Parts: sequence; structure tokens; C-alpha cells
Amino acid sequence: MSLTTQDVEKVARLARLAMSESEIETSRSQLTEIFDLIAEMQAVDTTGIEPMSHAQDVTQRLRADVVTETNRRADFQAIAPQVEAGLYLVPQVIE
Amino acid sequence: MFESSLKQLGEALRAKKISSVELTQSYLDRIEQLNTQINAYITLDLETSLAQARAADERIAAGNTDALTGIPIAQKDIFCAKGWLTTCGSKMLHNFTSPYDAHIISQFNTAGAINLGKTNMDEFAMGSSNETSYYGTVKNPWDVERVPGGSSGGSAAAVAARMCVAATGTDTGGSIRQPAALCGISGLKPTYGVCSRYGMIAFASSLDQAGPMGRSAEDLALLLNTMSGFDERDSTSLQRDKEDYARDLGKPLNGLRIGLPKEFFTENLSSDVAQAVDAALTEYKKLGATVVEISLPNAKLSVPVYYVLAPAEASSNLSRYDGVRYGYRAPKYGDLADMYEKSRSQGFGEEVKRRIMIGTYVLSHGYYDAYYLQAQKIRRLIAQDFTEAYKQCDVIMGPTSPSMAFKHGEKSDDPVQMYLSDIYTIAVNLAGLPGMSIPCGFDANKMPVGLQIIGNYFDEARMLNVAHQYQLATDWHSRVPQGL
Repeated sequence: MSLTTQDVEKVARLARLAMSESEIETSRSQLTEIFDLIAEMQAVDTTGIEPMSHAQDVTQRLRADVVTETNRRADFQAIAPQVEAGLYLVPQVIE
Repeated sequence: MFESSLKQLGEALRAKKISSVELTQSYLDRIEQLNTQINAYITLDLETSLAQARAADERIAAGNTDALTGIPIAQKDIFCAKGWLTTCGSKMLHNFTSPYDAHIISQFNTAGAINLGKTNMDEFAMGSSNETSYYGTVKNPWDVERVPGGSSGGSAAAVAARMCVAATGTDTGGSIRQPAALCGISGLKPTYGVCSRYGMIAFASSLDQAGPMGRSAEDLALLLNTMSGFDERDSTSLQRDKEDYARDLGKPLNGLRIGLPKEFFTENLSSDVAQAVDAALTEYKKLGATVVEISLPNAKLSVPVYYVLAPAEASSNLSRYDGVRYGYRAPKYGDLADMYEKSRSQGFGEEVKRRIMIGTYVLSHGYYDAYYLQAQKIRRLIAQDFTEAYKQCDVIMGPTSPSMAFKHGEKSDDPVQMYLSDIYTIAVNLAGLPGMSIPCGFDANKMPVGLQIIGNYFDEARMLNVAHQYQLATDWHSRVPQGL
């Protein structure tokens, strides 16, 4: 399988990664090699096989609908890049 | 002191032959002496470590002890530890001081163990050589020209160079076992769900599992006793009765059936590794075990399946790094999207970006069924192969890694070659089984070789027994690198 420059640009945009033209090209050739490796699995007949996400036959645990976390806003905001009056600051989103 | 095992040190501490402050200070001195050469640690905090040691000594004086009270343990920098810089080997988290403890860290704290420092690792645990760390490569203590393996390479090197008593690691595709093999130490990845993932920075959530790294199986058993256990904050943590993983260490191995997957002994395997593994099997036969050939026909698909599932889950997990709430934010940016893109592009390294790209692609519209779903189905086939195999044997053995530690730079420009160095370990994560690596010899260059022991689900106590009996009969695990 061979990826196009447009494929790589689209994926980079979806992944929110800025890439230069040369990075796009390097990425394109490396991803093509990796997808050649991955292509091996396409030939396997998996009709009727249940997808596996957890090794054990477990179900999602439920918990009581009660508050378990304490308010630690000051601790969490102390490690944020930019905060003001208890809010996280980002560039203006709505005009 | 640096030659004593965790168990021996625990006894010496409880008998008050040595204090935790003395022990911790000795290790901190040794780290200071060796770390510029090995680069095993990213962060040290002498004051905190010594304060913990003083508290441990008080506990010991009061007679309130646990097997790990007062023992200095190195923590992989993937575990959040309150008040400690926790970088996960990335520039993205270069300024992240964790506001909370991972479950495993709180378990060690409760036991009175000492956090000796945070160990170097491949960025976000993505790598097999420790060369993707933002904080410089780790050097293999057996030959500093060579890599220690990865991603838990800092922990493996620290144990091998006797820069800690024991360490923690995490294993998504081999990240405990492969560096353990390359550095000549013992390491165990438990059954998926045995150790809580809470506070362990996520890479591929359906595969990530924490485990102990140390000098011997006996030490690993004591560490796993502390690390394991149910935690409601991890939705995949398993609710099981507490086990004593050291309970079967002394059992003889008469009648043990060892399965050898024929797919693990092919031309891909270096002859030095094959010879060392053969010699280990001969030793096991002397100890009363029998050997049976088994087949894992779908194991060859592990690498392609893994490189769909792990990057897919990683691309989702790593979407949280957006420069808003914590971690790196680009110094200059325009609008919000530009801030995201610049922060992520500057904060992540090449390998991490590569995997985010693979993952984003396989999860994107129109490709989900062909990649992620197909990979999950083959994952079940791989797991079923093991279930079949365990009808004929008690444990499975083989090489941990196809070759010994390679030189720095040898594979770093070729992602596919690097991915193939985990060819024998990945299937175990996909199946969710426990696996371990123990030293079983050396190659012509005097580099260590690892024997992989794969157990059935929840068979950690048996695996530790199998490893311990071998370590009673051989001394590979007690060899140390010269000249350090």
C-alpha cells in the first residue's frame, strides 16, 4: 500500500500535528513501510470471530452515583500553562 | 551492600543491622557516581527520598514492618508520584509535577518503601531501545556503546548497574521483558488487570500492564505482592483475592511440562540466543521438567496486529496533550487550532508522532473495520492459540528477544526493524497473559541473553517458582557488569 502526500496531510490535520513539507514526505515513506507490515493481517479470514478487547470475560463495573473526588482546582491549575481567576486561558474561540 | 538481594536487605533492616537512611544514602551516592555514565535516572529528589527513609526507620523501630519497608526502589517515570516531576520521557511533560499518586506508588508508600528516583524511558513508552527519550539515551551497563532495550530501559539499567535494589516497569509490547533480557536482570509482566493502571500514564490501555524488575525471581515475588491488587479507579482492574506470589517458590519442578513454540525457534533467532536458551532447557530437564513442542500458528501476526491496536489506542490517549491544562505549550501561536498543533508538534518526539499518525489513520472514517476491528479479531485468534497450547504444557519458554543488545543508532532510523525486536513478547500482551524474562547466559560479546517464561492466566506464582528454581541451580542472575 502506498500513501499519498494528501493522505498524510489529512491525517496530520486530524491528529493536530503541524508538519513541514519534508516531514510530510519522511512520514509518508515510513508510514508506507509500516502499512506494508500491517497488510499481512488483511489476508486472514476472521469470519465469525468476536473482536477481543480484554483478555478476561469481564463486564463494566458500575458504582453508586455519589461524589468521590474532592475539589482540588488550585492544585490542578498550579501546573497549567496559563490560568486566570480559576479559568484556563486559551486563544479567543468565539468572536 | 550493593550485592545483597531485596530479601536480604529487608531482613537486615528489620534486624536493625542497617538503617534505611544508610541504605538509601549509599544508593544515592552510587547513583551520583554512575548516572552521568548510564543516564538511568531522569529525576532525583534526595530530600524526599531521605525523608521517606527516616520515616521507614521509625516504622522499623516501632516494629510495624512490611517486606519492603525501608527498601529503595526506582520508579519508572511513567508513574505519577505526588510532588515528583513525572515526564514519561517526553518534552510534553517536562514541567509536569504530579498532583497525585499512581495506585502503585501509593501501594509502595503504604509498604514504607523509598522512592529512590524516576527512571529514564522511551518517550511515552514507545520504543525498544530507550533512544526516543527526550532526556537522552540510557547506556547498557554491560557495554555503554549498546542500548539497554526499552521502553523500561532506565529501570533495567539501574537494576543491572546496582543503582537501586529493584525497580518498576511497564509492558505494553515487551517493555519490561526486552530491557530485562538486554540488561541481564529479571522482570515480570503480570496478567492484564492484576496491577492497577491508575496514575500510570496511558499508552495503549488494553495492553499496558505494570510489573516489577529486579535481580531475582524471589525479589520479584515480594515486589508483586505490593504492586498487585484491585483498584476501583482502574475500570479494567480485576477483583480477585490477594495472593502471596512467593508461596510456591520452593516447590520442586518434577513433572513440569515446558512448551516450546516452534514459531519462536526460526532463522530470525540469533544463534547465540538459541544456544543460551537450549542450555537453559537442558538445565530445566535436570531439574525434572519435560519439554514438548507446541505451535502458536497466529503468533507471526502479532507485530502487524500490535502496530494497529497500540497506535490506535495511543492516538486516542495522547489527544489529551493539548497545551491547555498541563504540560508543554508552544511559546508562540495564533488561534486555538494553531496552539494545539504547535504545542503537540514541538512537545512530541518523532516516534510518538509516527504512532499518533498510524493510529489516527487506522481509526479514521472508512478504515476502522479493515484495521482496528480486524486486528481485534486476530487478537482473539492469537489468544486462542495459547489456550490450546496450555492443554499440553504448564509454562511456555523461548527467547525474550531475537538478538542481544544492539549498538546505539543501529536501528533508530528504521522503525520497522525496531518494531521487530519485540517479535517474541508482543503476543503475550495481546493475549493478556503473564510473561517474564530471566538471565540465561551471555553471547560472544559478553552481552546478556534472556529466557522468556510465559504462564497461563494468573499463573504468576508458578512462573516465579519456575524461575526461582533455575536461579537456585545457576548464577546468571547474580553476574554484574564489570568496571562500574
